[in-house]
Amino acid sequence: MPIHEKSLIRPENLVTNDNLVIDGVDVSGHWSTFIKSRTVTDYNEAMQEEIAAMPGGENIHRCWQCGSCTNACTVNAVNPEFNPRYWIYLIRTGMEEELLRDKDIIWQCVSCNKCTYACPRDVFPEGVMKATAHWLELKGHTGKSPSSHFDDDFTESIIDTGMIEEARVLLTFFKRTKQPLAQPWLIALITSLLKKMPVGYLFRLGFLTVFRPKVRNWSKNRVALQEYVDERKAAQRAALGMTGKGDH
Amino acid sequence: MADKDRKRVAYYPGCTLEGTGHAYNRSTKAVGKELGLELVELKNWNCCGAMEVKNIDNQVQTYLSARNLAIAEEMGFDTVMAPCNGCYHNLKKAEYDLEHNPTAIAANQRISQKAGHATYHPGKVETIHALDWLIDAVGLDEMARRAQGRLKGMKVANYYGCMYTRPRHIFPEKDKGPGSESTLKPHFMDDILAAAGAENVEFPLKTACCGGAHALSDSDISTRLVLNILETAEACGAEVIATECPTCHTGLEMHKVRAEKTLGRKTNIKILYFTQLLGMAMGLSAKKVGVNENYLDSSDLLKSKGLG
Ligand code: SF4
Ligand code: SF4
Repeated sequence: MPIHEKSLIRPENLVTNDNLVIDGVDVSGHWSTFIKSRTVTDYNEAMQEEIAAMPGGENIHRCWQCGSCTNACTVNAVNPEFNPRYWIYLIRTGMEEELLRDKDIIWQCVSCNKCTYACPRDVFPEGVMKATAHWLELKGHTGKSPSSHFDDDFTESIIDTGMIEEARVLLTFFKRTKQPLAQPWLIALITSLLKKMPVGYLFRLGFLTVFRPKVRNWSKNRVALQEYVDERKAAQRAALGMTGKGDH
Repeated sequence: MADKDRKRVAYYPGCTLEGTGHAYNRSTKAVGKELGLELVELKNWNCCGAMEVKNIDNQVQTYLSARNLAIAEEMGFDTVMAPCNGCYHNLKKAEYDLEHNPTAIAANQRISQKAGHATYHPGKVETIHALDWLIDAVGLDEMARRAQGRLKGMKVANYYGCMYTRPRHIFPEKDKGPGSESTLKPHFMDDILAAAGAENVEFPLKTACCGGAHALSDSDISTRLVLNILETAEACGAEVIATECPTCHTGLEMHKVRAEKTLGRKTNIKILYFTQLLGMAMGLSAKKVGVNENYLDSSDLLKSKGLG
């Protein structure tokens, strides 16, 4: 079993002295490693409430810090810096600056819900991760992550037509995140497909924009959904004390 | 659960089965037809909200799923079958939220009214997966009789992914003891393929995550997760991974290629939908179950087993 939380002591906070005697006791060398004490003064007391106001963050107050989420986490197994329990702790205690050190990886949660499965307190840590990533973007701490671009593109397509147009979503996504479509692995995949597929399917596959699926009589749904989404977005911004419009 | 007649159910294919996952659509329909089951597609259905809409707003996703349930209700069905894990998960989640969450109930009512259609009445329609459907409507004995052990000697790793079992609370019918599905160690696909003669390997990553949520937005993590699944399945002695979700399936295929191209790690394991394996076991041709529509080629394995 790896020590999941080892990364919490940052290397710059570990001190060893080659030659040090304190009160007549020799504390030199590796065996007397010190951890620097920290003083935190700039608590952000509103942080927990703000994140609870984002979709998915509602239950953050229930966490009792058991660590089951981090222990079960898919991304934590790949990157030990990814630590839902720790971030929930930082949010609940208002240690914004500490949280911001990890701002660029929080969006990487793959929504596998292993944490939710393991959590004894129904915190829904998966939702908290999304809420936190969302909060970081709204606050301007991070730019839009590729994942948020994806969420936006999908939602836009669904509100507009009632369906996911795979072609439209993929092309917009690659454009917005400035990724070239001509990536070797994508090309390999598409060529292997082209070799075997009857032309008719290619239309359906959506790599061509000719085929645009749509739900019939969707216009009223579109209006109702857009209105609701706009309202929710305004409410979120208000919860963060932000006024006015604008795309984040 | 099993007391309902599921020989004729409402069918919700969802966007992915109309796009990248159409081999799953084809094989599901072919298997159903072969077994004398009737799938009646929901009229004018819409996207269930996928995973992405939830990240923007939970209630919007609930509404999108509930509209489909309302259609099933209006068409007079008490059961809707969704073969895609994502759709299945979202419809189940909507059902749960509309029974338990006042915000979701209010939002659904409001959007439904404004959009001018009937509001779904929670509890009216049960969503089931293609696995439940086959087990309930046909049963393992009948599938075994039809397959006559044609998958004999095929070593299969059954891969269920995330959305089929998690989070647990939206699947009230699971974890109910013998005969029910387990969220910790699901076995319905294992049972079906074993009935068809397959030799299931002990596979510890049945419900591991393939990183599908970030298949494109964070490809490196997805590739690592997929590679782990593929290599583990191979190490467990499997020749093929059986899937029951189009997103997992495409993710495995995509990142199998990507792992080879970007990390130089080649794996030889095949990836097939369980409906394709079952269909061929029942004597359907490879073409009938859309094997040629998969991204990756499995013909050598199938040939060596005398299938398709
Ligand atoms: S949902 Fe996100 S935070 Fe939870 S276990 Fe999966 S990757 Fe980790
Ligand atoms: S599993 Fe739940 S209660 Fe435990 S630390 Fe994680 S969020 Fe908190």
